[in-house]
Amino acid sequence: MSEKFKRSDGRAIDELRPVEARVGVVPNADGSAMYRSGDTIAIAAVYGPKKMHPQHQQDPSRGQLRCDYNMLSFSVSERIKPGKNRRAMEISEITKWALEPVLLLDKYPNQVIDVFIDIIQADAGTRCAGINAASLALAHAGVPMKNMVSSIAVGKLDKTLVVDLTKEEEDYEEGEGPTDIPISMTHDGKITHMQLDGKINAEQLKEAVDLAKGACEKIYEIQKKALKDAVDFGGEEK
Amino acid sequence: MERKVVIPGEVIAEGEDYLPGENTEKRDGKIVSLRYGLAEEQNNLVKVIALSGVYAPRRGNIVVGKVENITQNGWIIDIGTAESAFLSINEVPRYVNKDAMEEVFDIDDMIIAKIWSIGKRGIDLSIKSRDLGRIDNGMIFKINPNTVPRVIGREGSMIKIIKDGTGCNIDVAQNGFVIIEGENVDDEVFAKKVIDKITEKPFVSGLTERVTKFLEENKK
Repeated sequence: MSEKFKRSDGRAIDELRPVEARVGVVPNADGSAMYRSGDTIAIAAVYGPKKMHPQHQQDPSRGQLRCDYNMLSFSVSERIKPGKNRRAMEISEITKWALEPVLLLDKYPNQVIDVFIDIIQADAGTRCAGINAASLALAHAGVPMKNMVSSIAVGKLDKTLVVDLTKEEEDYEEGEGPTDIPISMTHDGKITHMQLDGKINAEQLKEAVDLAKGACEKIYEIQKKALKDAVDFGGEEK
Repeated sequence: MERKVVIPGEVIAEGEDYLPGENTEKRDGKIVSLRYGLAEEQNNLVKVIALSGVYAPRRGNIVVGKVENITQNGWIIDIGTAESAFLSINEVPRYVNKDAMEEVFDIDDMIIAKIWSIGKRGIDLSIKSRDLGRIDNGMIFKINPNTVPRVIGREGSMIKIIKDGTGCNIDVAQNGFVIIEGENVDDEVFAKKVIDKITEKPFVSGLTERVTKFLEENKK
């Protein structure tokens, strides 16, 4: 890796953007969370476990997870048409796959947990922000889970691996161009989701996973703090 | 061990001495939390108490529900859970005319009942106890079910303070419904205010003192 590589915002290659996380942002939901990474802001709201409707989708052996990812029309510089599109549907499904392995859903037959993710401001890495927020919101809703899920996008700009890309970096044109690798993993280092958009060799992919591991560790600490700070003891609890 | 907030996947205790209780699991000799809540240890049994989430029905709980439908041999009651609850006519301690079941409980009636059993077939209710049955008078409202233990207090200490302070009769159901019955509406509204005060910040220290102070300050 070249040490000379300079990122436009002056961050180190393994440095995250300023991160902020909070739970309980949607009072009407059973669990909710906000996750911000730089200029990317995601809000997740969890409803349930509740009875699955439509009835023909009920599974008597286990509960189900339903995710809905949505970018608000003003979240990007050029207004996007609100509602479902190909990309939103793909990310909804990806989010579900990233979170399902940690959830203990067999206690909730014929039931469903609804997760709604709204991106209110986008500057790349929205699916990762969405997964982080959803993981927090599910924990906040008291859904039984084996572990937390943290997610980060690792990118390859020309030949250099960097963590947590911005939109500006995602549009990097020089050399080999940009490669985007969003990775989600549990706290014990098990990968639940990985995508790759671009080109990378096996050697560097391993490096990318290691970088993601380090970044996810930092995100986990932020998630942990957000959940622990949400309980207001007002001093010593009795 | 002191009570502390834990998150899913967090190690609460290590070593062979501890046993995994409610909402925990043993993983490589460590007791790991399976949900967000308060971790507590008693006689080496480690458990996690829920702080949030939907109401989880348990046997023996007193619940308030609304009559959703009338069937051949009972009533379907909505108690705020994913599964609807069922109240069989066998669990009603008086004669029920099967041709006029709506005379006992009509659709949209609110009833207070006890969870008698929870099985694969759903939740069964019973009103074979004192003070159970249709709710005819008073004010009814919903609070977060996770704050119910706080409103009731240790061995009913908190609810007693509120009852004495407001002169109202208060019933708190485990699924988060509160029934207040007072001399007049003003008393009932005042009692609701006190309960809202608790549910707003249910985990602050010295909650009893705060409530006592609030009662004294706002009493006419």
